[in-house]
Amino acid sequence: MYGYVYNRTVTPFDFVISLALVSVAAGVLGSLIGLGGGVVIVPVLTLLYGVDIRLAIGASIVSVIATSSGAAAAYVRERMTNLRVGMFLEIATTTGALSGAYLTTLLPTRFLFAFFGLVLAYSSFTTFKRRHVAQPLAVSSDGIANYFDLHGSYYDPAEDQEIAYKVTGTKLGLFLMYVAGLVSALLGIGSGALKVPAMDGAMHLPMKVSSATSNFMIGVTAAASAAVYFARGQIDPIIAAPVAIGVLAGATVGARVLGRVASKTVRLVFVVVLVIISLEMLQKGLLP
Amino acid sequence: MTSIPGQESPVPVGLSVADGGNGTGSGRGRRNLSPAEAALMDEKVRKVELVISMVLRVGVVVSGLIILAGLGLMFAHHAAYMALRSGVSYKVLTSGATQFPHSLTALGNSLALGDGRGVVVLGVMVLILTPVLRVAVGVLSFLYERDIPMASVTFYVLVVLIASFFLAGV
Repeated sequence: MYGYVYNRTVTPFDFVISLALVSVAAGVLGSLIGLGGGVVIVPVLTLLYGVDIRLAIGASIVSVIATSSGAAAAYVRERMTNLRVGMFLEIATTTGALSGAYLTTLLPTRFLFAFFGLVLAYSSFTTFKRRHVAQPLAVSSDGIANYFDLHGSYYDPAEDQEIAYKVTGTKLGLFLMYVAGLVSALLGIGSGALKVPAMDGAMHLPMKVSSATSNFMIGVTAAASAAVYFARGQIDPIIAAPVAIGVLAGATVGARVLGRVASKTVRLVFVVVLVIISLEMLQKGLLP
Repeated sequence: MTSIPGQESPVPVGLSVADGGNGTGSGRGRRNLSPAEAALMDEKVRKVELVISMVLRVGVVVSGLIILAGLGLMFAHHAAYMALRSGVSYKVLTSGATQFPHSLTALGNSLALGDGRGVVVLGVMVLILTPVLRVAVGVLSFLYERDIPMASVTFYVLVVLIASFFLAGV
């Protein structure tokens, strides 16, 4: 039986190489839309490789941190990231992540999946409706945004111009970020899926800035729950290694793409991925 | 710091001052700096951006190299993991019952034995700590920009992150 290539055992080496290649794709997609690589990594590991879901979620956390640091290095240098908004909103995401890590046993997971499946379905719908909106705010009466001077500007290579924007809706933004941190710690996925709509929709940051800033933040959110996952033995080195290497390579490539594509395209790709995640979550919450 | 060609904003600094004084997010909205002070602040902000970008880049490269070294070590020690027709399935290493270091003590023991998987875990730890280091540098950067509100906010984030590591009992 061993004489046939298609029938031979998949060795750890085959596993590492194939998973690293999948992770490159996850890194490109994750860095482009600010969601991290977990969206691709978790289903691939559980469905394709039959890996235990607990270990898949541990690998997802590693992939999120790898996407974040890999892409943010470029986005920050190119001034695509709004550092002040990112660091300000991290108050809420880290607090949410820390509380979420210890709420796991209190809340029924199925209910959470169903609930956030619906939330994401709704936010993909509103993002789709906003797909033509590109005009940034010129004035803001948001007291918090003005006090912390969260407004900014970025250079858009696709449009070849500097785009200044004002930030609003910081209170709603903080609330949504707290929920994003909570969900990230409870379910292991979905952190960026709530962050991007919070910034693009509620706070009126331009789509590319939302994506780059979400990318910047998800690493810190994930780091806040990574210690718990590590201590629980969910970070398996032979899964984490190819994921980290592949995603780092992919995120470095993805970060070069964001500037050049149109905002509308980024939003549409984001909506498609959001619909897939919400269907995945609804399936986990509703089906037996 | 002299400006780096091609990396500076293509818009002259004065323009963002003219459009209301807080175009690039450098604390001017609250403080009403003179144009000269604003230009100096823009330079500081740019310097901070480059430092934070470099911290992330170094963390990523270092962790990537350690993880690669760990993988190499693991395959060097376990020839059966990569032999073309060996009977070892990857599932031995990815099942719920697989043993690998998940505390600092176990990691130390594993590293002392020269185990490749311990080296990989060390690389993953560096990766996890990179955003934490980035936040710590953020606190220092906002102090450098003399922006106390943002420095306090970032300091809170750093405290929560450090608390998360202690609460997890790593």
